[in-house]
Amino acid sequence: MQCHVCKKAEATVHLTQIVENQVKKVDLCEACAKEKGVNDPTGFSLADLLLGLGASQKMEEATTASGTESTCPACGFTQADFKKTGRLGCSECYQVFAEGLEALLKGMHKGTQHKGKVPAGVKRAAAGRSQIDKLEADLKAAIAREDFEKAAALRDAIKNARTESQTA
Amino acid sequence: MNVLEFLSTPAEACRRNGPNDKIVFSSRVRLARNLSGVPFPGHAKKPDRIKAFESLMEAVSALPQMGNEPFSEGMDKLNTQDKQLLVERHLISREHAQKSAGSGLVLNKEETVCVMVNEEDHLRMQALRPGLQLKQAWLAIDAVDTSLQEKVGFAFDRHYGYLTACPTNLGTGIRVSAMLHLPGLVLAEQINQIIQAVNKLGLAVRGLYGEGTEALGNIFQVSNQMTLGESEAEIVERINKVLLQIIEHEENARLFQLEKKPKVLFNHIGRAYGVLSHSHTITSKETMNLLSHLRLGIDLGLFGTTPKAVVDELFLVSQPAHLQAGRPQKLDAEGRDALRADLLRERMKPLPSPEPVPTGEKPT
Repeated sequence: MQCHVCKKAEATVHLTQIVENQVKKVDLCEACAKEKGVNDPTGFSLADLLLGLGASQKMEEATTASGTESTCPACGFTQADFKKTGRLGCSECYQVFAEGLEALLKGMHKGTQHKGKVPAGVKRAAAGRSQIDKLEADLKAAIAREDFEKAAALRDAIKNARTESQTA
Repeated sequence: MNVLEFLSTPAEACRRNGPNDKIVFSSRVRLARNLSGVPFPGHAKKPDRIKAFESLMEAVSALPQMGNEPFSEGMDKLNTQDKQLLVERHLISREHAQKSAGSGLVLNKEETVCVMVNEEDHLRMQALRPGLQLKQAWLAIDAVDTSLQEKVGFAFDRHYGYLTACPTNLGTGIRVSAMLHLPGLVLAEQINQIIQAVNKLGLAVRGLYGEGTEALGNIFQVSNQMTLGESEAEIVERINKVLLQIIEHEENARLFQLEKKPKVLFNHIGRAYGVLSHSHTITSKETMNLLSHLRLGIDLGLFGTTPKAVVDELFLVSQPAHLQAGRPQKLDAEGRDALRADLLRERMKPLPSPEPVPTGEKPT
């Protein structure tokens, strides 16, 4: 039997845990078992059990490699909290832990880019922004060909679009 | 507000019909949403949680989709008995039943829309429909979401979509599920193959009360696991396709049993009828499994014109909180088993004894 974590060594530690009435079985090699703290039952990561083995490890690797802050400035949530609960603290956490999450999400979902519903307000703002982007590109082009009459009209249009998107 | 008075009676609740309801008990779609700028319930400090609770309970209760007089109450105002009753009706999760002050529930009179406030996320909004009606359930809860979005700002990210406490719900925050009765596949010993195939498609198969529960009474819940990288419509459509396939397999398994092993099949149904009509003490687990065979017997026409609502009601009223409901003295497990048997004997009386149907041909 192969170790579930490193997928190389022979598994010699067989862990069965009951979490919320659900039986979870994990087979590990000696080294991985030690690293995961399996011998100390309280130290075993719930995040791993809930989100798949290696979840918290992926998060840790990513954050230590990039040296990014591992505490959310908005809510004080830490890497260790995630490891313990398998949940995040607030919406800001997704930015703070983004690097580690990306790998985790890849294994969990169909993709990492949201393709579903977008709240109406966000949609309006996005539509406004892309309109402004287009006008700005046109403006640049108009200036380049020294069509200043057109450029002035575009400048006003951009100004209008900006105030509109702010009030929307 | 009194839960028991608000809820429909078990008889009413079981009279709701929907497409494919021989095999699909009910369809459910839930959306997970969170407020922006407030920590998720599990990590929020008490004042934050209470503030979110108060504003959300008010906003949700006022939604047109919740009707005139929704049931709207904090979990601290409900006793264990009430909470368990709501779990048995599949209106709240077992996790939510553990909650107290700072968490709540809003339920419309028709029991088709139910919103849990401060469960794992600030909002867990669900729509329920009898039979296979995933799309209808989704459209219903989507309308609730759209109306609520105009009043409160949800945590949303262009890349990750709707932000949820657990990364497994990220993106659409949608969980589409159906509760299925699959005695044919269990008897034909094909159920494990089906479960494995369904798992491979990225769908989860669980027991009666969701995560980590046993498939009592041959009742299974099928739901999506992936919520990010696909649109809601795609997810609903995919599950719907899979469910139609499972329904077909279940129908075939029933016909196969009827054709090839009628004795085994009639034996199960007859024994179920016998035990349910004559026991004097019976556990919830045994009851569920026997009722499953009784329901199969009704579906196959062994009980004449007896409607399946009769069995569905028994499924409900033999659950612990439903047995306890309306009784002043607290029952222990032993008392419940005796009371359950008394109730079943009484309710089984009007049922005719099962008549084997002609085999080798399609029952009508």
